[in-house]
Amino acid sequence: MLQSWVIVLASFVYLGILFAIAWHGDRRADAGRSLIANPVVYALSLGVYCTTWTFYGSVGRAAANGVGFLPIYLGPTLLFALAGFLLVKIIRIAKANRITSIADFVASRYGKSQMLGGLVTVIAVVGVIPYIALQLKAVSNSFTILLHYPEIIMPAKTGAVPLFQDSALYVALILGAFTILFGTRHLDATERHEGMVAAIAFESVVKLAAFLAVGIFVVWGIHGGVADVFAKAAASDSARRLASADFSGNWGSWGSLVFLAFFAALLLPRQFQIAVVENVNEDHLRRAIWMFPLYLFLINIFVLPVALAGLMHFPTGVDADTFVLTLPMAHQQEALALLVFIGGLSAATGMVIVETIALSTMVCNDLVMPVLLRWKALGLAERADLSGLLLEIRRWAIALVLVLGYLYFRVAGEAYALVAIGLISFAAVAQFAPAVIGGLFWTGGTRIGALAGLSAGFAVWLYTLLLPSFAKSGWLPEGFMTHGIFGIDLLRPQQLFGLTGLDEITHCLLWSLLANIGAYIGVSLLRAPDAREARQASFFVGGDAAGLPGWRGQAGVQQLLPLTARFLGQEKAQEAFARHARQRGLAGIDALPGDADLVHFAETLLAGAIGSASARVMVASVVEEEPLGLNEVMNILDEASQVRAYSRELEAKSRELEQATAELRAANARLTELDRMKDDFISTVTHELRTPLTSIRAFSEMLLDDPKADLAERKRFLGIIVGETERLTRLINQILDLAKLESGRAEWTVAAVDVVEVIREAVDSLTALYAEKKVVLELDLPVEDLFVLADRDRLMQVLINLLSNAVKFAPTVGGCVKVGAGGTAAVVRVSIDDNGPGIVAADREMIFEKFRQVTGDAGVLTAKPQGTGLGLPISRQIVEYFGGRLWVESEPGQGARFVFTLPRREGDNAQK
Amino acid sequence: MKPRILIVDDEPNIVISLEYLMKKEGFEVAVATDGEAALAQAAAFAPDLILLDVMMPKKSGFEVCEALRADPARTGLKIVMLTAKGREGEVAKGLALGADAYITKPFATRDLVLRVKELLA
Amino acid sequence: MMRSRLSVQRLAALFLLGCVLFNYPLLAIFGRGGQLFGMPALYVWLMGSWLVLIALMAWVLERRKD
Repeated sequence: MLQSWVIVLASFVYLGILFAIAWHGDRRADAGRSLIANPVVYALSLGVYCTTWTFYGSVGRAAANGVGFLPIYLGPTLLFALAGFLLVKIIRIAKANRITSIADFVASRYGKSQMLGGLVTVIAVVGVIPYIALQLKAVSNSFTILLHYPEIIMPAKTGAVPLFQDSALYVALILGAFTILFGTRHLDATERHEGMVAAIAFESVVKLAAFLAVGIFVVWGIHGGVADVFAKAAASDSARRLASADFSGNWGSWGSLVFLAFFAALLLPRQFQIAVVENVNEDHLRRAIWMFPLYLFLINIFVLPVALAGLMHFPTGVDADTFVLTLPMAHQQEALALLVFIGGLSAATGMVIVETIALSTMVCNDLVMPVLLRWKALGLAERADLSGLLLEIRRWAIALVLVLGYLYFRVAGEAYALVAIGLISFAAVAQFAPAVIGGLFWTGGTRIGALAGLSAGFAVWLYTLLLPSFAKSGWLPEGFMTHGIFGIDLLRPQQLFGLTGLDEITHCLLWSLLANIGAYIGVSLLRAPDAREARQASFFVGGDAAGLPGWRGQAGVQQLLPLTARFLGQEKAQEAFARHARQRGLAGIDALPGDADLVHFAETLLAGAIGSASARVMVASVVEEEPLGLNEVMNILDEASQVRAYSRELEAKSRELEQATAELRAANARLTELDRMKDDFISTVTHELRTPLTSIRAFSEMLLDDPKADLAERKRFLGIIVGETERLTRLINQILDLAKLESGRAEWTVAAVDVVEVIREAVDSLTALYAEKKVVLELDLPVEDLFVLADRDRLMQVLINLLSNAVKFAPTVGGCVKVGAGGTAAVVRVSIDDNGPGIVAADREMIFEKFRQVTGDAGVLTAKPQGTGLGLPISRQIVEYFGGRLWVESEPGQGARFVFTLPRREGDNAQK
Repeated sequence: MKPRILIVDDEPNIVISLEYLMKKEGFEVAVATDGEAALAQAAAFAPDLILLDVMMPKKSGFEVCEALRADPARTGLKIVMLTAKGREGEVAKGLALGADAYITKPFATRDLVLRVKELLA
Repeated sequence: MMRSRLSVQRLAALFLLGCVLFNYPLLAIFGRGGQLFGMPALYVWLMGSWLVLIALMAWVLERRKD
């Protein structure tokens, strides 16, 4: 049995699960392991679009109108096909400006206007209230129906139920309490609620599963498949009309519904909240573009069969809006009925939570705070910590929205089916479309244009759609509908100016958007955008993400931090400023300069908490006023001066561009040159490697081909092979060494090194070579130590290189090499002299290039010199690394002198 | 009469190997280690074929080749260029200057010998 | 976010296709009655073309890189 306590308990358990998911999601977000960093979760959370309207109402509409329920889902499908143009742009702008709601978005676009933000908020609240009423109606009706199980009794007219016995009131109270617990536990600077999004994604799964379960039960449990449902329906009196007949609706209203739904999926406060504000990663959109329409498809797949089955089972007496629930009940499926109830509850809570949170943010940021902050008597502007107050306002705003929703339900709820109520809300938010879409693609829109357009559209909507909904419920005199206001027939609200033949939605849409767009464009064109509007326009239209800070004034951390702390709390503000300082590479908060950048940062931070328009006003209160006194001066300045300013800016930009081009060209030339050098180097290395390889291969093949060669010859050849192999090894080692030095990847152990001692050691290691070549080695070293800071092994490498070079070039007879060392106060100087052929002036620098070897004076050397041609470049790299120099002094025929200097170690200078 | 071969290379070990190979085939051999010496030897020794290295001090193999081809007294002289620079461009340049063959180092000794014999046949 | 401007343009083309598929006059042709697979032709047409459109959108976005 489904007793009331079972239903209530199940509902609370379900809400408890939701709360647990949200709590877990928030904790994961705080720990940096976001639960919702997943495109599928994002796509599912967009399913908040499907409310009880979809869950119960689609079947109702289908029962009345055949496929007429579909435009509401085809519209969003088309919207998401355009997401690459629209949503991506909006998400980027919203992220860059920390935009927290649709009201904030519109206000920010038209120069951060508080008035505009307030107007959008009013329209959104008034417009969405019928929609919230719809949720209350659906949940309370389904509860009442389920309560009477196994009987199927339609709920009584609400007007007849005393207030405190009305289950809708309790539904409203519980949902309100739940949303307040859920959405306003803490204030977030980015106004994002990760836990909530996770819970919403879960709800989307629940309602889809519940609906599919009913669909499957109806189609295959009661009947024999989809075709069977249609066949039986065609034979039944009550459902024949739908199963076989043509579409009876009007294509004009079909089109206007697609159009309405297209914009509703973007502009409804909850859709904007989920799709834009709660988007954690732009990339998630890519999957959502097809997954969200697929979700809509799946949740609608059984709508028509269920409607037909309902009509067949209940020819009269049962509201088609309840078929989803009453069909399982009529077939004694208690568990399924309970699941359906939970699915409907899920659809309602999802909608109510997100919608009221979004609306409460808007009411708080764009309506209440601007007023409170200006109300000097309250002294709010001086209060130290406002973060508690902000939360308080939001809680009251949530309560208020739900109370209004309930009142609307009591007043007008009975006159309409679920879908019709929802459409009233759709038409209201469609009024945002000109200001939002125009603002994204047209720079000419101005604040007063947007105000005029929104006001006009909203007024027409009130008159042609909302007031009639009261009138139909008997809360306004009947004459209002039939004779128009003041008895003027032309002003009949649903046949405005005598226009007939349209359904009420299309009629309202036509007139309201005509007034809206006309006023928006017409009034915008009355004057050119002022500086602030133009700046925001170029930011929104051009997607100029850098965005000028827009502040000419200055304010330091000492003013901005306390200001921010008042809204965000001391700790969060401190943290945010510290993060900002780190991003700018500064030591800490105190190091932050009071520049335009900082002011801009504080403004966007505040915008997250109190909306962009209020943030601007608050920051303006502490910034030393802009020297331009923006508003005043801008009003005086005429259009011409703006044009001049633009053209100056243009000139400056084109100069910058020219400069950048020149720099690019130079960089390109440098790169080409480097590329050529690298090519040459590789070609030379190849040549140097091939030369020893040639000898090795030739001699190896000769030995192989000629096994009878005599022993002495064999030994000679093998000796050559070994020698060339060693040369090859040396060459490779040096190339690698040089590459390491040049790329800066060499390892150095730098310490104080006595140069004299290193010279002695180098000379010792080469004594044998000198003796073999019969070259005399003379040392002229000072008695005292000469300390430098260097890597001992590397220094040794330089000396051995220079000494073996010297012995190579010394004459075979009477060869003599002198090594000298000394120093000045600043440097230590080492010289190595030989009495070889010397080097002509032209070659003196060339020998330090890679693979350059010169043979000295013509004909003096018959063979080319031994060695790799890399010793000198390596030596020079090493010496220069330690801040010294290496060069050669020589005259042809006079021998050569290689000299290098190294800076003395600090502190040794005094001795000299 | 034995064919005469002039070996021009600045790498002593390569000269030794080429000299050994050519002598083993029964050719008469002379050696030069740079470009100028090569031109002098070409005049003095009057070779039938020159094995000519490209990268050499004083005069490159290309220059030597060009000078020899410009000399009407040297028609019929075969020139085989040897180089460690194996780029396409270099091969084309050598052949354009009138070399009869172009062999990249390291070479296979058998191929070299075959090629020389072919050219002298 | 989009892999390329091309994907965005393909999606925009699908948007236009959707506008045609889901509107008068195409719908009026199927709306004159008649059955397909035992169901009203208009219903079959709408659900079918909707699913195809979603599949095309998924194809544009989820295909391996060009």
